[in-house]
Amino acid sequence: MTAINYPESAPVVEENYLNVSYDVKSWLLTLDHKRIGVLYMITVTLFFFLGGFAAIMLRLELATPKADLMQTEMYNRMFTMHGVLMVFFFLIPAIPSVLGNFLIPIMVGAKDMAFPRINLLSWYLYMTGGTIVLVSIIFGGLDTGWTFYTPYSSQFAIGNVILALVGIFINGFGSIFTGLNIIVTVHKMRAPGLTWGRLPLFVWANYATSLIMVLGTPVVAITLGLVVVERLWGVGIFDYRLGGDPILFQHLFWFYSHPAVYIMVLPAMGVISELIACFSRRRIFGYEFVAISSLAIAFVGFLVWGHHMFVSGQSIYGAMIFSFLSFFVAIPSAVKVFNWTATLYKGSIVWSTPMMYALGFIGLFTVGGLTGLFCASLGTNIHIHDTYFIIAHFHYIMVGGTIMGYLGGIHFWWPKITGRLYNETAGKVSAVIVFLGFNLTFFPQFILGYVGMPRRYHFYPEEFQLLNVMSSAGATILGFGYLMPLVYLIWSLRHGKIAGPNPWQATGLEWETSSPPPPENFLEKPVVNHEAYNYHEQEPTPN
Amino acid sequence: MTQSTASIPDPHAGPLHDDHAHAGDAAQGGHGHSHPAHVAHHFDDAEQQKDAATLGMWCFLATEVLFFGGLFLGYAIYRQRYPEAFLIGSHHLKLTHGTVNTFILLFSSLTVALSVHAAATGNRKGIVRYLIGTLILGFAFLGVKASEYYGEYQEKLIPKLLFELPDPAHSEHMKELLEHNPRVKAAYDDPVRRKGLEQQLQLFFVFYFCMTGLHASHMIIGIGVMSWLTWRAHKGHFSAEYHTPIEISGLYWHFVDIVWIFLFPMTYLLRH
Repeated sequence: MTAINYPESAPVVEENYLNVSYDVKSWLLTLDHKRIGVLYMITVTLFFFLGGFAAIMLRLELATPKADLMQTEMYNRMFTMHGVLMVFFFLIPAIPSVLGNFLIPIMVGAKDMAFPRINLLSWYLYMTGGTIVLVSIIFGGLDTGWTFYTPYSSQFAIGNVILALVGIFINGFGSIFTGLNIIVTVHKMRAPGLTWGRLPLFVWANYATSLIMVLGTPVVAITLGLVVVERLWGVGIFDYRLGGDPILFQHLFWFYSHPAVYIMVLPAMGVISELIACFSRRRIFGYEFVAISSLAIAFVGFLVWGHHMFVSGQSIYGAMIFSFLSFFVAIPSAVKVFNWTATLYKGSIVWSTPMMYALGFIGLFTVGGLTGLFCASLGTNIHIHDTYFIIAHFHYIMVGGTIMGYLGGIHFWWPKITGRLYNETAGKVSAVIVFLGFNLTFFPQFILGYVGMPRRYHFYPEEFQLLNVMSSAGATILGFGYLMPLVYLIWSLRHGKIAGPNPWQATGLEWETSSPPPPENFLEKPVVNHEAYNYHEQEPTPN
Repeated sequence: MTQSTASIPDPHAGPLHDDHAHAGDAAQGGHGHSHPAHVAHHFDDAEQQKDAATLGMWCFLATEVLFFGGLFLGYAIYRQRYPEAFLIGSHHLKLTHGTVNTFILLFSSLTVALSVHAAATGNRKGIVRYLIGTLILGFAFLGVKASEYYGEYQEKLIPKLLFELPDPAHSEHMKELLEHNPRVKAAYDDPVRRKGLEQQLQLFFVFYFCMTGLHASHMIIGIGVMSWLTWRAHKGHFSAEYHTPIEISGLYWHFVDIVWIFLFPMTYLLRH
C-alpha cells in the first residue's frame, strides 16, 4: 500500500483563479471556465438538496402502509418534484458542467473552453430554467411525473405544467451549449502532442456524453414544447380527439430520455477511470477499449428507447428489436467494468476517499446494470414494469453510479479546485455511510418491486411495510452521509491543509499546474509526449 | 518566491504580468503580447479561433436538425396515417405564395453567399449591400407568410379557434379535390368519416402552424443576427483576414433555407 505524502505546508501560490478578484461581478460575469464550474458546483448542490428533500418526504410517507402524511395530489407533486429536480437539474449537469467545465480545458492543455461566453450563458440558462421550475413548484407544483406522459400532461393535469416545461426547455439549451463547448474544445484546442489516443478517459467520456447532449436534447425540447403548445392552444399533435397519438409523445420523449441516462452515467464512468488509475498506480487496462466503449454507449444508447414502452402497445417485433439492442448496450458498459477490474488486479491499491467511492461505484453500477437485463427481457419486463424493481434499478445506476462518481470526483479534484485538502477520515467515514445507507435504501426496493409494489403509490399492503421501513431508514442514513461532505468540505476551505500541485501524485495535465490553477491554467503552454496514466514512468514514492 | 499564508498576493505582480509596456502596443490592441485584436485570448491563433467557430456552428446546426426533426417526423407519421385529410390540407395551402417564398429564400441564400464572398475579398460596401439584400428578402418572406396566415384565418382553418372543414360549395380546392380524388371523395361522402376528416385536418393545420411557425421564428432570429452583422460590417469590423461571423451566420441562414426546402414539399407539394 503506497502512502500519500501530504505536504505539511506549502507556499501560497501567486495569482490563481480564485484570488484574482473577489467582487460579485467578477463571479457573475466571469468567463473563466473554472469559476463557471464552481458556480455550477454550488447551484447543483442546491438543487440536489431540494430534490433530496422531496425524497425524504416520499420516504417518510412510505414508512407507513396508509396514506397518512400527504394527500394523493401532494404525493404526486412530491415525486414529480423529486424526479424533475434530480434528473434535469442535478444528474444531467453535475459531472459535465461542474467537473467537465473545470477540468477539460486543463486536461487538454488549453487556456479555456472554446466559447467562454457561451459557457457562461449555459450557466444562466441553467439558473433561469431552474428558477422557473422552482417557481412552478412553489406555486403549487405539478403532478405529471418527470415523464410528462400525454394526454394527462397535455390536457388533463391541473398544475403549473406549462411553467415547469418552459423551465426544463430553457435548461435544456444550457445543456446543449455545454456539450457543444466540450466537443469543440476537445477537437480544436488540444495542446501540442496531445493526440486523441493520449487523452484522459475522463475527456473521452465527457466527449461521448456531449455528443448525446447535442443530438438528444433538442428532441425532448421540441417534444416538451409541443406539450406546452397543446396546453396553451387547446389542441395539439398528441390530442387523440384530432387523431393524434399519445404514444408518439412517449417515443419522442424516450428518444432523448434514454440517451439522457447515458448523459448521467458516462461522465461518472470517466471519473472512475481516473480514480482507478490513480489509486491502483497503473494505467487503465485496455485504454483503447474503454475509450471506444464510451462512444459505443453513446451510439447504441440512441437505439434502445422502446424498452421504456414494452407495455404501451408497440409492435411485438419492435419490442423484440429494442430488447435485443438493450442487451447489446450492456456490452460496452461491461467492457469498462472488466477493464477497471483488470486495472485493480495487482495494482498498488490506495484506500483514499475517492477510491472508496470508485470501488463502490463498480459494485453498485454492476448490480444496477445486471438488473437492467431483467428490465430488458420482455417476459420479466411485463412483470416488473412500473414497480419498485424499476425504481431500484435506476437508482442503483444513478445514485449508486452517478452520484458516487460525482462525489468521488469532487473529492479527488477538490485539492485542485480549492487548493485545500479535506479531512481524509471524515471522507472515508462518509463514503462508508453513503454506501451502507444507499444499499439499505434501495436493495429492499428490488424485492418490493418483484412482489408487486407499484411505483408512484403512497399506500401499499401491510405486508410490504417491513421492506419499506428498511428503505426509509436507509434513506435517512444516506441523507446523513450526503450532508457530511457538505460540512467537512466547506470546513476545509478555511482550515484544510494546503494541497500543493499534486497531492495524489496523479498523472494528467491538471496535476502539473498549481492548486488552485492560475487564471490561464498554465504559466507555459504544455507539450505532451507520453500516453495517459504513465504511472509506470513515475519515481516510486517513499512510504 | 515565498509569501506568508496570511497575506493576499498582489494579483498584478508575478510571472503572468509584465510591468512595462511593449513597443507596438497600440497596434496590438494595447496589451503586452502580440496577436491580432480579433483573436480571443484563449486561442493560440486566428486559425484555431476560426476552426473552433466553424465546428461550433456546425454542431449547433446538428442540434437544429434534431430540433426540427422531431416535429417533421411526427408530421410524416400522421401523413401516412391520415392520407385523405392531409391531402385536403395540402390542397388548401397557397401554392403560389409558397413557391414565391421558396424563390425568395433561395435568392436570399445567394445574397448571403455573395456577402461572404465580399467579406473574403475585403469589399466592405459589398458586405453591407448584400446583407441588406438578405434582410429585405427575409422580411419579404415573413410578409408573404403573414399574408398566408391571414388567408388561413379567413378560410377558417385555424384549429380549435376558428375551424371548419372546407365546403366544396365555397372552396375551389375542395371541389377540385373531390372531383379528381376518389379516395378523398369516399371519405368525404361517408358522414362518419367526414367527422374524422375534419379532426384530422385540424391535426394537419396544427402541424402546419407549428412547423412554419418554428421556421419563421428561426428566420426572425436570422434577421436579427444579419442586422447586427450589417451594422458591424458598416463599422468596418470585418476584413479579408477576419470575417468568421459572416461565414458562420451564413451557415445558419443556409440551414434555415434548407429547412424550408424540406418543409415546402412536405406540406405544400404532396398533393396526390
